[in-house]
Amino acid sequence: MNAIVFLIFAAVAVICGINVVVRTHPISCALALIGTMASLSVLYLLLGAQFIAAAQVFVYAGAIMVLFVFVIMLLNAGAEQKPHGAWMARLTGAPLLVALLGILGFVILRAFPRSEMARFGGFTGGTVENVGRAIFTTYLLPFEITSILVLSAIVGAVVLGYKEMD
Amino acid sequence: MPQGVPLAWYLILSAILFTLGVAGFLFRRNLITMFMSIELMLNAANLTFVAFSYHFKKVDGQIFTFFVMVVAAAEAAVGLAIILTVFKNRATLNVDEIASMKN
Repeated sequence: MNAIVFLIFAAVAVICGINVVVRTHPISCALALIGTMASLSVLYLLLGAQFIAAAQVFVYAGAIMVLFVFVIMLLNAGAEQKPHGAWMARLTGAPLLVALLGILGFVILRAFPRSEMARFGGFTGGTVENVGRAIFTTYLLPFEITSILVLSAIVGAVVLGYKEMD
Repeated sequence: MPQGVPLAWYLILSAILFTLGVAGFLFRRNLITMFMSIELMLNAANLTFVAFSYHFKKVDGQIFTFFVMVVAAAEAAVGLAIILTVFKNRATLNVDEIASMKN
């Protein structure tokens, strides 16, 4: 059961990820990215990260991707035209990417040759209670610094948008 | 397969998604699509954090994922504002045409 759910949603995530890369229109890419994020949220749930799974849907698929879609519509971004000299980049880039994937896979399989079985319910420490307690005790200072970061990001976005208007 | 999925499969999936993000960043020429590829890479890193949180049976990895999400939200807001300004000034989203610092 675990394996079936994992394989289904991993396949959806990879197919949507491929669509992000190969689609020419930005709206198609954005919708494919939302599909990747939604299936990743199911995988988080399988790993026992309940709060993170919910936050993934709210923050990533909800807030961030809506921002992307707004900007795509605002700029009226059309399909991307084929750049000249693209074959050169593909020729040199594709083997490097395969090498990157090979190295990552080799290291993972080398470090986890007979890794433990991850099953649903094997770790239930990701509840809202546990995450909230960790954030507001151990990670209180980083959390407060993050709020300053978000505030400065808001101010920066408003300043950039304001300059754009005049 | 007795009861479950090897944890390495999650890490392999994360590696595949990360490589797809790198591919999108390298091969695409649209500013917004490149930005979305960066989000894909961040998601792959998040999956690794949650998988290791399961491995060590500790919640700390999930806290890191939470911070990555917050930083990604801030980054998306500022980055899209910059993209809006670039589009206003250059009227294009193609990075090959926004190359005035190259020469």
